[in-house]
Amino acid sequence: MTDITSSSAAILAGLISSKKASSVEITTAFLDRLEKLNPKTNSYLYFNRENSLAQAKRADQQLAEGKTVSPLHGVPIAVKDNLTTTDAPTTAGSKILEGWVPQYDATVVRKLREASMPILGKTNLDEFAMGSSTEFSAYGPSKNPWDLSRIPGGSGGGSSSAIAGHLAPLAIGSDTGGSIRFPAAMTGSVGAKPTYGAVSRYGLIALASSLDQIGPVTNNVMDAAMLQDVIGGHDPHDSTSLPNGLGSMVQSVKEADVKGLKVGVVKQLSSDGFQPGVKACFDDTIEKLAAAGAEIVEVDCPSFEYAVAAYYLILPAEASSNLAKFDSVRFGLRVTPDGNPTIENVMAATREQGFGPEVKRRIILGTYALSSGYYDAYYGSAQKVRTLIQQDLAKAFTQADVLLTPTAPTTAFKIGEKVNDPLAMYLNDIATIPANLAGIPGISVPNGLASEDGLPSGVQILAPAMQDGQMYRVASIVEKLYMDQWGASLIARVPDLEAL
Amino acid sequence: MAKEQLMSYEDAIERFEVVIGLEVHVELNTVSKMFCGCANNFGSEPNTNVCPTCLGLPGSLPAVNRKAVESSIAIGLALDCQIASNGRFARKNYFYPDLAKNFQTSQFDEPIAFEGEISIELETGEVFMVPIERAHMEEDAGKLTHVGGATGRIQGAEYSLVDYNRAGVPLVEIVTKPIYGALDKAPELAATYVRAIRDIVKSMNVSDAKMERGNVRCDANVSLREKGAEKLGTRTETKNVNSLKSIENTVRYEIQRQAFILAAGGKIVQETRHWHEDRGHTSAGRPKSDADDYRYFPEPDLVPVQPSEEWIEEIRLTLTEKPSVRRKRLQNDWGFADLEFRDVLNSDLLDEIEATVAAGASPQSARKWWTGELARLANVQEVAVQDLPITPEQVASIQKLIDSGELTDRIARDVVAGVLAGEGEPAEVIESRGLKIVTDEGALIAAIDKALASQPDVMEKIRDGKLQAAGAVIGAVMQEMRGQADAARVRELILERAK
Amino acid sequence: MSEITPDLVRHLASLSRILVTDQEVEQLAGELGIIVDSVATVTKAVSGDVAATSHPIPMANVYREDVILPSLTQLQALSSAPDSADGRFKVNAILDED
Repeated sequence: MTDITSSSAAILAGLISSKKASSVEITTAFLDRLEKLNPKTNSYLYFNRENSLAQAKRADQQLAEGKTVSPLHGVPIAVKDNLTTTDAPTTAGSKILEGWVPQYDATVVRKLREASMPILGKTNLDEFAMGSSTEFSAYGPSKNPWDLSRIPGGSGGGSSSAIAGHLAPLAIGSDTGGSIRFPAAMTGSVGAKPTYGAVSRYGLIALASSLDQIGPVTNNVMDAAMLQDVIGGHDPHDSTSLPNGLGSMVQSVKEADVKGLKVGVVKQLSSDGFQPGVKACFDDTIEKLAAAGAEIVEVDCPSFEYAVAAYYLILPAEASSNLAKFDSVRFGLRVTPDGNPTIENVMAATREQGFGPEVKRRIILGTYALSSGYYDAYYGSAQKVRTLIQQDLAKAFTQADVLLTPTAPTTAFKIGEKVNDPLAMYLNDIATIPANLAGIPGISVPNGLASEDGLPSGVQILAPAMQDGQMYRVASIVEKLYMDQWGASLIARVPDLEAL
Repeated sequence: MAKEQLMSYEDAIERFEVVIGLEVHVELNTVSKMFCGCANNFGSEPNTNVCPTCLGLPGSLPAVNRKAVESSIAIGLALDCQIASNGRFARKNYFYPDLAKNFQTSQFDEPIAFEGEISIELETGEVFMVPIERAHMEEDAGKLTHVGGATGRIQGAEYSLVDYNRAGVPLVEIVTKPIYGALDKAPELAATYVRAIRDIVKSMNVSDAKMERGNVRCDANVSLREKGAEKLGTRTETKNVNSLKSIENTVRYEIQRQAFILAAGGKIVQETRHWHEDRGHTSAGRPKSDADDYRYFPEPDLVPVQPSEEWIEEIRLTLTEKPSVRRKRLQNDWGFADLEFRDVLNSDLLDEIEATVAAGASPQSARKWWTGELARLANVQEVAVQDLPITPEQVASIQKLIDSGELTDRIARDVVAGVLAGEGEPAEVIESRGLKIVTDEGALIAAIDKALASQPDVMEKIRDGKLQAAGAVIGAVMQEMRGQADAARVRELILERAK
Repeated sequence: MSEITPDLVRHLASLSRILVTDQEVEQLAGELGIIVDSVATVTKAVSGDVAATSHPIPMANVYREDVILPSLTQLQALSSAPDSADGRFKVNAILDED
């Protein structure tokens, strides 16, 4: 591993702006590595050396002309393949979109281009981001760089494995119920879901519109803060995007100070159902914070018990409608059955062959949840649970500045272990889902390796809506406590992929 | 399809009570579409007014057009509706190739306007209050063309083509409550109601309101029940009836068709039907079934519409006078008899006459010009009278010259012909054609003397009291003056001469 | 116990425009039954007087002005279509509705 590919984005940005390294050199280093190692991790579904280097070259030209357009100018980045790009196919991990080259760039992609950040490629995901392991990708699962027989988390396992495997210094993810944070925890990387509406969803292939949020996947907290500063902000194309900016996340990280901090531990997410090694890591984080001077309080969020159930009604309901547009008329796959089929037959056959089993399961579940006679009991009740969860959180945040939970109930499991057990798979997101239902920001920061399997564990930090700065501030505090102990980030301990 | 059996209209009305309900779709004439910045434009090349949003491309999102909301509120106010303080968009889910997202963004349980009414006056002068249940915002679908098989019909077509230019054009759907008690007038009431809605949205300039272009479309619900029965009968909904005449015919046909079935002990199938103007009947479409489960839910990509009191009042101030109120006022101001006024309404000349009166003509003279000479000329030229190249101001200026005696009616018609022929303003036509009336009495007297000289017995006859003998002299004088004399004055001069 | 019968699955699949084989119907009925039994716990969590939340961050009145923005060209619009003709998207015949 070269120095370049193991460096943080902040350091790379410094090398570029001080002209110690060019964007082309740095981008080349990552392209060299990912071309060699992607067959092992299956992090990327698409990359194109020529295109990435052309972007890097433009970034270098701007610098030569004395123009620096962003703090991450020239630093390359990987983008989850559910964001539209005009210069690369966009599949959302589905056969139904194979080969589709979108007619427009997602707002986030446009912002990356405007920030002169070369795009390395498009990363793998569970089909339409439905899953927590990438095993539901139509293009095969991504592998966890810590152990290639294990899942890198999902749905954003392509991005998390690219970060942990040093196949990209930065990546974009999307988080509907934990698809940024859960993979971050599985791979020892940092993943943040901003407040709902902080980052434009325009060009994000929608899973569940009221839950989806785009965010950074990175090596460390500062990199994530820098990236959120680039991609955040109001977008007239997205009516749900927040009207005002949330301030500089980088500034918040710089102001990190544990003094006077009140940390809430959620009663419902700190005891049962967690792998002992994960629980031990979490307890260690709390002890470290207390030792550093934070006040620890226990908060009660009784409605969290119903969060997973509410989520698996709201998500399929919205998804069943969002995915109706995949009908073989304007884009994507068309399957024409034998005989003299009507368009109805063509649509049904296309959707049968184009969608994988989990997508079909959720579409049919969502159709059920919305259908007449069941709406009130299912979708209606789930929406009310959302209100209860918001009420619980509002109360909790009067007692604590931030809430901490383990990000995931377990460390990375084996590929194939849960793929045939939907319910077991759904429980992976038990700690991450409440943030999506309530729209609040959450971040996963690595907090050690579980003693029983030596795999990464993550701690989740939740902050009140719009207080993303607070979230980054505390994330930075936690990260520093571990850096002081380890001397380097957890991700530096990833096995040498080239040797695996 | 075999033609269905009908009961005679009179028998049907005798036996059953008719209940109708009308859903009118009004296409708004905003510059851009409901949820994206594509042009709301009729007649463009196919698929050129489209973008990721109205094509339903993955990842695209809607953004609400403020003007469309404003127009919707204005329509609600014009129908005396209450405006919802919290309205929301919802998704209506169903698959159809003209529906880009396979859901229609619409409003469901929280429409922008509700609980209104409109008074409708029938030909007989009878007035009905039609209760409005709601007016809600939604988007139009794309346009399908069926190719192969019978021309343009969906049956037997080999394939279909989709143009999404119309997809996402803003619509307001106005839904009445069930309308009872119209009896035999139900078909007329239906058509008159739709005409009233059309006139309102046209006068407010929120829609182009051209029915032939589908700017205003009507779905007509009809059901019958035995007289005295309380329970409503099963209804049918005839879709997309697109002319006033068709609406009247549709309702009449459905009354007769349903009456025959009910009288024979049959049951009405709840279904959507289609009206065929060429064949003069409706035909069955899809029966309503549990497949019509639209799975409405709040549109998560949009936030609620919560118009403030101030905004609503601002819009209220921009409202133009209601067409029915305006008609009443104008008839009153102008003192037209009912029949005269009906002529004006039927030829759609209210605007022209009002403008002519405003430019200084008397109401009666303005009416005579537009419904008389100008209507005749338009008829000859096979154009709409409104499209003749003459302005109300020009008509008024010509009338003024008649009133001041400078033109006769006959010469004035020549002036009009000149204006229509593109010869310029009335003054220019008069100048270039030399049409000014001859007021030089010396010239007139000379002409009279000349005429009298050739008809010496005329003076005698006049002196004997046979005043009509003057006619022959007047004719000769007018001929001499090439028509450009005031015949009445000529007559006076002849009579003076005979004294 | 679950109300997810094979017939209901067939109906839902048809509403969702997804072709399903008899074998898939059986399998889905089983899987969805388990999931529905589990998620049905939401009905126990709420009483009538709780408001529904459909949007996590309360906002209202977000509008765009009525101005024209650039559209795609016809070529771009049709560029990803499986089939097209005469500047339009081409689809198989539609089920006889008339």
